[in-house]
Amino acid sequence: MVKYTLRRLIQAIPTLIGITMLSFLLMGLVPGGPTAALSGDPKLTPQQKERIANQLGVNDPLPVQYLRWLIGDQWRLIDTDDDGIPDTPGTRLGILRGDFGMSFSLRRPVLDVITERIPATLELGLAALFFGIVIGVPIGILAAVRRGGWFDSVTRVLAVLFNAIPVFWLGLVLILIFGSLLPQWLHGINPSTFPSVSPILPMGGRGPTVLTGGIPPIYQRLQFLLLPTFVLATGGIAGYSRYMRASMLDVIGQDYIRTAKAKGLSMRQVWFKHGARNALMPLATFLGPAITGLLAGAAITERIFSWPGLGRLALDALTALDYPVVMAVVILSAIATIFGFVLSDILYALIDPRIRFG
Amino acid sequence: MASQTQSPNSAIIGIKDESIKKTGDSLTVLAIRRLRRDKLTLVAMGVIVLLALLSFSAPLIEKYVLDVSYTSTNIDKAFLPPGAAGHILGTDDVGRDHLARLLYAGQISLAIAFISALISLAIGVTLGVITGYYGGVVDDIINWVITTLDSIPTLFLLIIVSGIVLRNSNLTGTIFGGPFALVFILGFLGWSGITRLVRGETLSIREREYIISARAIGSSPLHIMFTHIIPNILSVVFITLALDIGNLILVESALSFLGFGVKPPSASWGNMLTNANTFFTKGAYLVIAPGLLIVITVLCLYVIGDGLRDAFDPTSID
Repeated sequence: MVKYTLRRLIQAIPTLIGITMLSFLLMGLVPGGPTAALSGDPKLTPQQKERIANQLGVNDPLPVQYLRWLIGDQWRLIDTDDDGIPDTPGTRLGILRGDFGMSFSLRRPVLDVITERIPATLELGLAALFFGIVIGVPIGILAAVRRGGWFDSVTRVLAVLFNAIPVFWLGLVLILIFGSLLPQWLHGINPSTFPSVSPILPMGGRGPTVLTGGIPPIYQRLQFLLLPTFVLATGGIAGYSRYMRASMLDVIGQDYIRTAKAKGLSMRQVWFKHGARNALMPLATFLGPAITGLLAGAAITERIFSWPGLGRLALDALTALDYPVVMAVVILSAIATIFGFVLSDILYALIDPRIRFG
Repeated sequence: MASQTQSPNSAIIGIKDESIKKTGDSLTVLAIRRLRRDKLTLVAMGVIVLLALLSFSAPLIEKYVLDVSYTSTNIDKAFLPPGAAGHILGTDDVGRDHLARLLYAGQISLAIAFISALISLAIGVTLGVITGYYGGVVDDIINWVITTLDSIPTLFLLIIVSGIVLRNSNLTGTIFGGPFALVFILGFLGWSGITRLVRGETLSIREREYIISARAIGSSPLHIMFTHIIPNILSVVFITLALDIGNLILVESALSFLGFGVKPPSASWGNMLTNANTFFTKGAYLVIAPGLLIVITVLCLYVIGDGLRDAFDPTSID
């Protein structure tokens, strides 16, 4: 078990190296290079720009810069007082020690900016994952039990339909319905003349504005979670229901189900005790990537509903050319994805006794 | 279809007479025959062809049918409702004809999705067959690249790269500066899925007897790939192509919606919704129409993919 986990973790190392290399290259390819945003001041003379570039070390060979980005530059002496002699050691710790640098636009350490956004993203993501499983799995089981029936057909069509609906459009339509059409219908006022008609559900944000700052407890702002969770959960519901149905049908064909039927168990016991429990196992392979995918997967939903999460942070940073933030989000979510896969492999091996650790 | 003479065997195995009589037909012929009976897939194909025809004859429709100019703005005519004089689907926030813009947007959205799907298909099939056939170090390296690409959230990767390419002043004015930059970005970053698929198929075919005998009589690897492997994986590739185009339309629209894809004044179904939140009170139809077109297109492509899968399934019996 420990050996298996270790091996899976070691196998992830090349991918981690690949991700850091790719991120670093992409950052270097940004027009003007990584110094563009810092030295963008038009009043700077070429000499001053050169000095900034030297202090940041962007004139060194790429592999050197890459290593410095990874492990920091405390080993490098920097010429801070411009006398031509490098004197002060660098202060960066490198991303391997959690130092993702300073955000260009917010002028704060990237790691701080990111960590304060994680709770909001997790809140939305876990809610969506919860509803995705709680609604999707029973739908899949029922569709498999009543294969070929009307429930099966309807859920199949709905699953394909919801896969074909762009997430951002679904969000916009919901905002349109609850923010404009429904209030208009209820109050009989044309919103084009009264743009401030109160919406049925909040149109965005994570909670009501509080004078003292901070976020009220979750039970006081469930209405804020409703629409974004719905938008985010539809994909999960569609996916899990189809997957559960396929897995269920797979299990039903097994010999032990025939045995269970033959020994006279009620159909309910056959389907749910012997069928569904075993059909749930492959779903574990989905869980790891799903949990970590929530970190970045909600970017569009967060943007539409002004949800102050990680995905929106990354999108805003992209617009503002704030590449340290972007790269940190990308690297963190990539790492999360890798560990998600490792996690689900281990989980799967744990639940399924047919898989041997070797 | 065929004559209904009962052969003695078919009664025993319980298979319809037809399928036994037609065993001489190739999988493709069988697939086309199955497709012709699959009404849903045919309808979906018809809708896609119709949408493509309408979109790509947009200049003609604009001039001779609608009698409008899709670029001409007129603030006095902004937010005209559907059915207004001269504008069948109304006008947008700056008074441009909505229907004409939807058609032009369809041109761009469909073209980007189709061409970039073909690019990633070409890359994916090439890499997949090579890695699957040779294995070894090449396989390891390509696998490493795929795992790396796949572990970065797709949307972020695309946005970062499109930010780099579209903001690069050296490229403005060239073909890479316009909407077609997106074609290359989507095409060159979207091949990992199809590569994995083709690699898997190639791996399973590689050890079959007919490949081994081809190798034994001295066929070159290139000959084996082109005459024995690729024809056998084409059906899988076609199925994936339909699904891929659908996904690419979704991705392109999301990118354009966020402002990292097709840039105005060029219209795409995605970027027509960028300012949607300002339309809520004045023009709900402006929010509905582009999204509906995306949904219809993607839905049809998914249905086609599914239909192709059933048609090409060698185990399915008519």
